[in-house]
Amino acid sequence: MMQVYIDIIVNQWPKLLHGLGLTLLMAAIAMLFGTIIGTIFAFIKVYGKKFPAAIVTGFIEIIRGTPMLVQIFIFYFGLPIYGIKMTPFGAAILGFIINSAAYQAEYTRGAIQSIEEQQMVAARSLGMTQREAIWNIILPQAVRRAIPAWTNEFIYLLKYTSLAYIVGAQELMEAGKVIASRNFLFFEVYLIVALIYLAVVLIMTWLLNRLEKKLAIPGLETVR
Amino acid sequence: MNDKKQSPLLRVKNLRKSFGENVVLKDVSFIMNEGDTKVIIGPSGTGKSTLLTCINQLVRPDSGEIYLKDECITSAENMNRFRQRIGFVFQDFGLFNHLTAKKNIMVGLTKVKKMHKKEAEEIAVEELERVGLMKQADQYPAQLSGGQKQRVGIARALAMQPEIILFDEPTSALDPELIGEVLSVMEDLAENRMTMLIVTHEMGFARTVSDEIIFMEDGVIVEEGSPDKMFKKPDHGRTREFLFKLTELYGEGDE
Repeated sequence: MMQVYIDIIVNQWPKLLHGLGLTLLMAAIAMLFGTIIGTIFAFIKVYGKKFPAAIVTGFIEIIRGTPMLVQIFIFYFGLPIYGIKMTPFGAAILGFIINSAAYQAEYTRGAIQSIEEQQMVAARSLGMTQREAIWNIILPQAVRRAIPAWTNEFIYLLKYTSLAYIVGAQELMEAGKVIASRNFLFFEVYLIVALIYLAVVLIMTWLLNRLEKKLAIPGLETVR
Repeated sequence: MNDKKQSPLLRVKNLRKSFGENVVLKDVSFIMNEGDTKVIIGPSGTGKSTLLTCINQLVRPDSGEIYLKDECITSAENMNRFRQRIGFVFQDFGLFNHLTAKKNIMVGLTKVKKMHKKEAEEIAVEELERVGLMKQADQYPAQLSGGQKQRVGIARALAMQPEIILFDEPTSALDPELIGEVLSVMEDLAENRMTMLIVTHEMGFARTVSDEIIFMEDGVIVEEGSPDKMFKKPDHGRTREFLFKLTELYGEGDE
């Protein structure tokens, strides 16, 4: 029985690996830009003027309030009508980035608001501008507090990249689908695909937990 | 002690501030000369802390003027330039939790004064020595006692070489046995003629260290005078009543 699994892996590993590579690439790009944009949005929401803050809030509500798959369909099938053509990869990754940004903006906002206001006041009293205070005092602490939520978000994101197969991006799920239907080995192939996702998620969780521990501020660790 | 004829270091003129319906400061005026240690006392909720935060414009007054030397703070476009010259010590310390004691002191020097890291570190070490915390240089705020935290707060203010330091109830959040170490640092500063404006309930300190005591109530300065006058023969009944109550509560301190 094990032989089936071994055969699949031995014969199909280039396809699976290629799919995994694209999955990781999409996840990495979406995480990077999602984190950057989400963090900026969070600060605009907390410290920004009314108008930019309202725009950001609107963006977050729209993105969070609509299914990601619908958004990706709009980008991939809808926008070409207006002359904007996207590759499956491009449409999918745009969807991942804006979703990641919207969710992370809210996580990071929570992290920022959990930092005692007194530190901002103290930074300003030293003569720091608001921007200097955010950059040097608030951001380094907010990032630390946001890591657990980010870990969660990254896990979701990695798994959501499997949706990209629907518009035909050649990622891990798509690779699995192709292999499974050609060989009529649905259970075995999808199980292997699931285990690959699981392995990546576990490694990522482990890395982020290590980062969290490494960045922990001495004296503020959890008491056990 | 205040007989210098030069222009005052700090002039507060007709300061007013309300939060909604609540008038917190009603026409407050006073001056401070270089080297003065002034203590502001008064019941809580009478605008003492608001007065301090108005001086460095963390809170904008509704009207009135504040001058640092000959420059008007209240009409300044760029307040950050003035804030570097006005130190502030907070009741709850306001330390940056992600930075060691030393880096708490350095950050203002490197980021605001754009000083080189090495030079900033030298100053930080000097100031830590001054407040007796050399051993704690590399500890984080969460690893320090309240008294140590407040001494770092004072060292951080001192490192900027301010012309005046404002203290907002610097010992009110401390356990009784930790108050002494903070007060003794402040006494040293007073001896070295650091200009200090201090809101406190420490009557012993007010009596023995300050040059002048300001008694505030309901947003106005009721009376101002030397500790001797204020404690022994104040002009106003309210001053006497208040000081009597406080002295009973906190003792006369180390006379």
